[in-house]
Amino acid sequence: MATAQLAEVKREERSLAEEAQAPDTGRARMRAKGVDVYYGDTHAVQNVSLDIYEDEVTALIGPSGCGKSTLLRCFNRMNDTIPSCRVEGEITLDGMDIHGDQMDVVQLRARVGMVFQKPNPFPKSVYDNVAYGPRIHGLASSRSEFDAIVEASLARAGLWEEVKDRLSEPGTSLSGGQQQRLCIARAIAVDPEVILMDEPCSALDPIATARIEELIYELRGRYAIAIVTHNMQQAARVSQRTAFFHLGTLVESGPTDEIFTNPREARTSDYITGRYG
Amino acid sequence: MTDEAPGARWAAPEMQRRLARRNAAERRFQRLGQLAIALAMASLGVLLFAIVVRGIGAFQTTELRLDVDLRPETLGLTPDMSDEEREGALAQADYRGVVRDALRALFPEVEGRSQLRELTGLISRGAGVELRGRVVSDPSLVGGSVSVWLPADDEVDLYRKAEGDVSGEGRFSARRIAWTEALSEQGRLRTAFNLRFLTSGDSREPELAGIWGALVGSALTMAITLALVFPLGVAAAVYLEEFAPRSRWTALIEVNINNLAAVPSIVFGLLGLAVFLGAANLPRSAPIVGGLTLALMTLPTIIITGRVSIQAVPPSIREAARGLGASSLQVVVHHVLPLAMPGIMTGTIIGMARALGETAPLLMIGMVAFVVDVPTSFTDASTALPVQIYLWADSPERAFVEKTSGAILVLLAFLIAMNGLAIAMRRRFEKRW
Repeated sequence: MATAQLAEVKREERSLAEEAQAPDTGRARMRAKGVDVYYGDTHAVQNVSLDIYEDEVTALIGPSGCGKSTLLRCFNRMNDTIPSCRVEGEITLDGMDIHGDQMDVVQLRARVGMVFQKPNPFPKSVYDNVAYGPRIHGLASSRSEFDAIVEASLARAGLWEEVKDRLSEPGTSLSGGQQQRLCIARAIAVDPEVILMDEPCSALDPIATARIEELIYELRGRYAIAIVTHNMQQAARVSQRTAFFHLGTLVESGPTDEIFTNPREARTSDYITGRYG
Repeated sequence: MTDEAPGARWAAPEMQRRLARRNAAERRFQRLGQLAIALAMASLGVLLFAIVVRGIGAFQTTELRLDVDLRPETLGLTPDMSDEEREGALAQADYRGVVRDALRALFPEVEGRSQLRELTGLISRGAGVELRGRVVSDPSLVGGSVSVWLPADDEVDLYRKAEGDVSGEGRFSARRIAWTEALSEQGRLRTAFNLRFLTSGDSREPELAGIWGALVGSALTMAITLALVFPLGVAAAVYLEEFAPRSRWTALIEVNINNLAAVPSIVFGLLGLAVFLGAANLPRSAPIVGGLTLALMTLPTIIITGRVSIQAVPPSIREAARGLGASSLQVVVHHVLPLAMPGIMTGTIIGMARALGETAPLLMIGMVAFVVDVPTSFTDASTALPVQIYLWADSPERAFVEKTSGAILVLLAFLIAMNGLAIAMRRRFEKRW
């Protein structure tokens, strides 16, 4: 645990230093400015500007195919691997252009972690799943340091008590909800600044979903979180900010209570009240 | 429809007949499948049985016990010789004569040049060489009359294996039959395990011919092929699947690889002849050239199966690794390759098994030569198992018939050993996950 505490202190120092460097960004960890995404000829995301704030959960909502997942995947450049995909516009992490020369994509993805729609643990042991990120980034050197990181990450993901006796069992042998929490533990093991979650509960039952939602709520204080969800109630429950997308454009964004109680746009209120979607 | 009782539609006779037809069709299909499998198993059984029955004789041979005269004076040794001279004399002594005299001493009544020659024909032409080998490795044999088991001629062997049934045999004369029977009665003939078949190279004499040279040749060739084809094939498959941009060029390469897998093997032999022998001047008949040529032939198969198994790795695993900040190479080495490895190994087994059984390309690069010496390096002249089978099947001596089947058995054993090793390795890979 000492290592985790140390990492936390370091992280706070780092973020303080970074805030001092770029005071104009305020509490926004990541900013997207005028982002356009094309898949071949399809204009999937059109001129979207969105900030992801520190210590807050930003929910991206909207009907299927509105570009919210595509935008989320831009924040850690996961779209790079899709050959026909083209991203234009500026996205910054702590004021630094993530497409710039100074930003290596490998490092970016260590700083901006991701949790996917379907739980996708590696077909390795629970331990190795969590230790994989720290291992490739060289975050620990001794076995005891790895042990500490694995325990801290699993504990933070609320999984430690359930799996502490089965660390050597394959991650794929856990239940769906446990697998997703393992994936979250795997993402936070590299101590990222931002966590992107792409419909993390859509493949889970209500009880597992509730567990993940609690976890997201707890993690909010440590990381800037962006979550894509189809579930209005989920967005209302876990997020502090909500951005509503429709047909590739950002219709409106703001504090969650405002969006849900007093939306400015008719399209937003129609969607939230279940008129379409 | 509304006035019918619920379920009446499904109880109608037309519906029942339909259902019966569907069930009958399914049963028929299952029977057909079982029949096909039974047929395949039966033909495999018949094939194996036929080969074993024919080939088992190759592992047995007839030996003849002779009391050879190994006194120093018969071997041309004199007491005043130095050790070095003694060694030279021992190696050069007329052992063939010694063997011939020992055999003639058993039948003192035989006279006349042609009859004597016929008698000498009962013992293998290689008996003298074998006796020399024994004496040189163990000089203490020199001293007096020594009783030794030496290989009999293949005709004697065949006569004994046929158990007297030599109808229509012109070559094995009545006199020879009589001598053989006489030797048999004296207890001078025995059937022994044919170690020569497993330990020596090819020979013109069937009783001396062995499979070891071809086996070593095949092993050396396969080693070259595997060493080239596995890394190259896996690297090519990984590059094409994980790194290459989807362009017209890669599409063209893909089409060409698929076409290469369908090219007749003799064409690869011609390519090997032109490139490795013609342009690169590598030694003819050598395992290195055979291995290179077979590698060309096997590479497309391994690339194709490798790509298929890499494609079968779920994309979510790649995304998970990439999302954690793994580089493309780390994604491949840590996740994709280990998961694809069982499939890649299956493809390698298929490719190597095909390469092991291939004759045509080896004919083109001269591995069809009559090679007596067992190859000791990748550049020695050598044959391969399938080529040896082809050569023996083509030989006029009757005794080579059983050698051919015996060689097929050895080839099958080699194949099973190779595949067994690969499967064991695949198991180990699978367990790690």
